[in-house]
Amino acid sequence: MAHGPSSSFKNPVVNWLDQRLPIFTMIQKEYGVFPTPRNFNYFWNFGAIAMIMLVTMIVSGIVLAMHYTPNTNLAFNSVERIMRDVNFGWLIRYIHMNGASFFFIAVYIHIFRGLYYGSYKKPRELLWMIGVVIFLLMMATAFMGYVLPWGQMSFWGATVITNLFSALPLVGQDIVTLLWGGFSVDNPTLNRFFALHYLLPFVIAAVVFLHVAALHITGSNNPLGVEPKGPQDTLPFHPYYTVKDSFGTVVYLAIFAAFVFYAPNFFGEPDNYIQANPMVTPPHIVPEWYFLPYYAILRSITFDISIPFTGLKLIEAKLGGVIAMFGSIAILFVLPWLDTSPVRSARFRPIFKKGILAFLVAFFLLMYVGAQTADAAWHLGGLEIPLVYVGQFATLVYFGFFLSLPFVGLIEKPLPLPASIAKPVLGGGATAAGAAAKPMEKA
Amino acid sequence: MADTTQTAGHGPGSGSHSGGDPTRRDFIYLAAAATGVVGAAVTAWPFIDSLNPAADTLALASTDVDLTPVQVGQSITVTWRGKPVFIRHRTPEEIKSAVDVNVSELRDPQTDASRAKKPEWLIVVGICTHLGCIPLGQKNSDPRGEYGGWFCPCHGSVYDTSGRIRKGPAPRNLEVPSYAFKTDTSIRIG
Repeated sequence: MAHGPSSSFKNPVVNWLDQRLPIFTMIQKEYGVFPTPRNFNYFWNFGAIAMIMLVTMIVSGIVLAMHYTPNTNLAFNSVERIMRDVNFGWLIRYIHMNGASFFFIAVYIHIFRGLYYGSYKKPRELLWMIGVVIFLLMMATAFMGYVLPWGQMSFWGATVITNLFSALPLVGQDIVTLLWGGFSVDNPTLNRFFALHYLLPFVIAAVVFLHVAALHITGSNNPLGVEPKGPQDTLPFHPYYTVKDSFGTVVYLAIFAAFVFYAPNFFGEPDNYIQANPMVTPPHIVPEWYFLPYYAILRSITFDISIPFTGLKLIEAKLGGVIAMFGSIAILFVLPWLDTSPVRSARFRPIFKKGILAFLVAFFLLMYVGAQTADAAWHLGGLEIPLVYVGQFATLVYFGFFLSLPFVGLIEKPLPLPASIAKPVLGGGATAAGAAAKPMEKA
Repeated sequence: MADTTQTAGHGPGSGSHSGGDPTRRDFIYLAAAATGVVGAAVTAWPFIDSLNPAADTLALASTDVDLTPVQVGQSITVTWRGKPVFIRHRTPEEIKSAVDVNVSELRDPQTDASRAKKPEWLIVVGICTHLGCIPLGQKNSDPRGEYGGWFCPCHGSVYDTSGRIRKGPAPRNLEVPSYAFKTDTSIRIG
């Protein structure tokens, strides 16, 4: 544009800047007066909290990178040096270690919020899909970061996960060699993982920018899942949600700090304080807790998929596990089109509400199963239930939840929706809201 | 872009190609785009290939092993390309149990003779073909599974005295590296 918009900030310096680059106007529009639904609950804090965690990870990570050496002979000792000799190195590393866990906690709650309140539905499909991209990038970043200390779990986690790609037909082994830069996880692997682990957070930051930009086109969803119908339904973002987000963030960071100072290794594996040894596999390889559900899905596919009656193997168990594991994330991309119900919030969807709670239970069950050894079993009285069956059942529930959504949308009779956000918020209570409700056009 | 289903023809180069015959200009667009794609691929290849094993990594690709000190029934582990290689000096009983197997019943059918150049020496890469863990069984005190070979603690794969998969999730037998006997008691792997 030839001329910036005329701005009228009191401060002449701000005014001068803004006429040339309207950044203050933008901040005012997007974070000052930005109309935001007035009925957010605390679940809506977690986007901001995740953002704070990303910044925490980048800041602590850059400092760590100044002391870390990405070489198989030096990496483990350089991390120990950070812990013992570098000023406040112990603090910065514990912040980074636990920060990963708390980043994932925030993001998992953020995703669950989106699922429960139908935030993925029209017109927010793209916003949701960009979010799934961020989630995938986070997983890749976390995985590569965990390899860097070059402990036993680092090495064997990297070995198991990179070997997943060998399940691909024909090109699998070549892809694994390409990933490794050698014939096993070794120095070239560590070097490239460090380069990518440094790069990807900035890619995440860029995609987060797109995520927020898309959010500011559609506006936020809210716990009722009803679009704001006018100014009576919204509040300016500042001060109402800047304050609410700040409060939630401070509470969250207080819990985070408690772990950093009092239980810094709570989320870790003791085996990772043993230097990597390519000749000895630890008896029990477990990924970090945030990968456990997917690891359990991977291990649940213990059977080959064949064409019936021919004995022709279509998909080997190993490839089947890999497909199921990646499929469990990929299915999120098509979720906006799987869910056929026009009602967003689970508050008004009796069947969906039960489904998503079953999904949540299955998710935690998979997390539990993923942490156990492959041959573990539950003993109920005289009955022995191998955990692999429990994992298979939970995998079935996980995928069943998504794949049943088209049918749930057809048979479900939603509860009456409130006429607007303001109605139930400003009183009249549930009865008034119910009385004012329009009957749903469908069902 | 040009409609390639049209029969080839060349107008006077009017530049108008809205449904009409392909023009010279359409051809140039296509040729330029195709050259661009090929150029991009050629440029990308060095960057992708730089991630593949480097010359010094490949140079470490063979290992010499002296077998003289390995007693009957004993196993040793040597490193080859950063991976463990299991060398087992098999007892006559182990050889017998490896040979006396109905090969057609195996998941990955291979005879023992095709896996061991000399029956008393079994040489396999000590990496489980499931997800890359190192199976137990190199020490006599290790669990070796019910077929007397190796047992992978990660996901429970069981290998026999020929390194063949007998039970558990692994899809293939333990890999036999390429090796040659330089003398009766020394080998070169790789």
